[in-house]
Amino acid sequence: MIDTCITAYCVINDNKIVINGETYFKDNESQDFNEFIKAAYRFSNINYLKFFKMDRLCKLGFVVADLLIKQTAILEKYDSKNISIVFSNRASSLDTDREHQQSINDRNNYFPSPSVFVYTLPNIVTGEISIRHKIYGENIFFISNQFDEKLLYNYINTLFSSSSTDCCIAGWIDIDKNSYKAIIYIIEKSTNNSKDIIFDTENLKKLYIKN
Amino acid sequence: MEELISKLKGEIIEVLNLEDVQPSDIDAEAPLFGEGLGLDSIDALELIVLLEKNYGLKIEDPKDGKKVFFSVKSMAEYILANKK
Repeated sequence: MIDTCITAYCVINDNKIVINGETYFKDNESQDFNEFIKAAYRFSNINYLKFFKMDRLCKLGFVVADLLIKQTAILEKYDSKNISIVFSNRASSLDTDREHQQSINDRNNYFPSPSVFVYTLPNIVTGEISIRHKIYGENIFFISNQFDEKLLYNYINTLFSSSSTDCCIAGWIDIDKNSYKAIIYIIEKSTNNSKDIIFDTENLKKLYIKN
Repeated sequence: MEELISKLKGEIIEVLNLEDVQPSDIDAEAPLFGEGLGLDSIDALELIVLLEKNYGLKIEDPKDGKKVFFSVKSMAEYILANKK
C-alpha cells in the first residue's frame, strides 16, 4: 500500500471557513447560506463570473476547493492529469431538485429554467472545479446516508495504487435547506512534513467530527 | 425602443444571475456571446425561455437564434417586430 497523508484541509460550516485548524473567514452578518457564501467568495477574491450561476451545492464545493487548491499550490506541484477528485454527501442535489420541481409544478406557467435543470446532479460540482482549475484526473461523487470514512479511504487508496493519481482532493460537501457543511482534504503521497496527518479512517473521521 | 432595451437589460441580468453587472455596463449593440458578458450555451437557453415567458415569442427556427440573440438591440428589434 502506498504511504499517503492528509497535507491540508478546509472546512466550511456555521458561517465560518477554517483552513488547517485556523479560522480564515468568519461572517456574523450574513443571515443565510446564500449571503454567507457570496461574502466568502468576495473575501477570497475568487474572480469567476460563472460562480453566480451555480446552485448552492456547487457554490459550496467550488469555494472550499478553490481555497484549498490555492493554499496548497498542488496545481504547480502535480500534473493536472494526476490529480483526482473524490467527493461525497448525503443530500445529493436535492436542494436544487426541489427548486426545479417547483418551477415545473404549474402546467399553466411552465417555464423550467435550463440552468437550474443543469445543476440537478451532484457531480456538476466536480465538473465545475475541474473546468476552473483544468484538473483532468479521475473524479467521482458518492452519495451515502452519513460521512463514510471507510468508503473514502478505500476508494482513494485504490486510486493511488491502481491509477496515475499523485494527489487527491477529497471530502464531504453537503447542503440541504438551511443545513450545510463542507470538509475537504488534500491527500498526497507522504512528504515527511511533521505537520502532515496520516491518511486513515480514524483521522478522516476525527477531522470531520471536530469541525 | 430605448425603453424596451433598458427593460431587456434588467431582465437579462436577472435571469442570467449577472451579479456584478449593471445595466449601464451592457452595450446594447455589442455581441452577447463570445466576449463581453461571457455567456454560454445554457445562457442562450435561458434567453430563449425569457422571450417565451415574458414576451410570448417562440424561436422556431434555430437559425433565427443567432440573429435574434446577437445583441440586446437585436433582441428588442425582434420583439417589436413579432410581438402579438
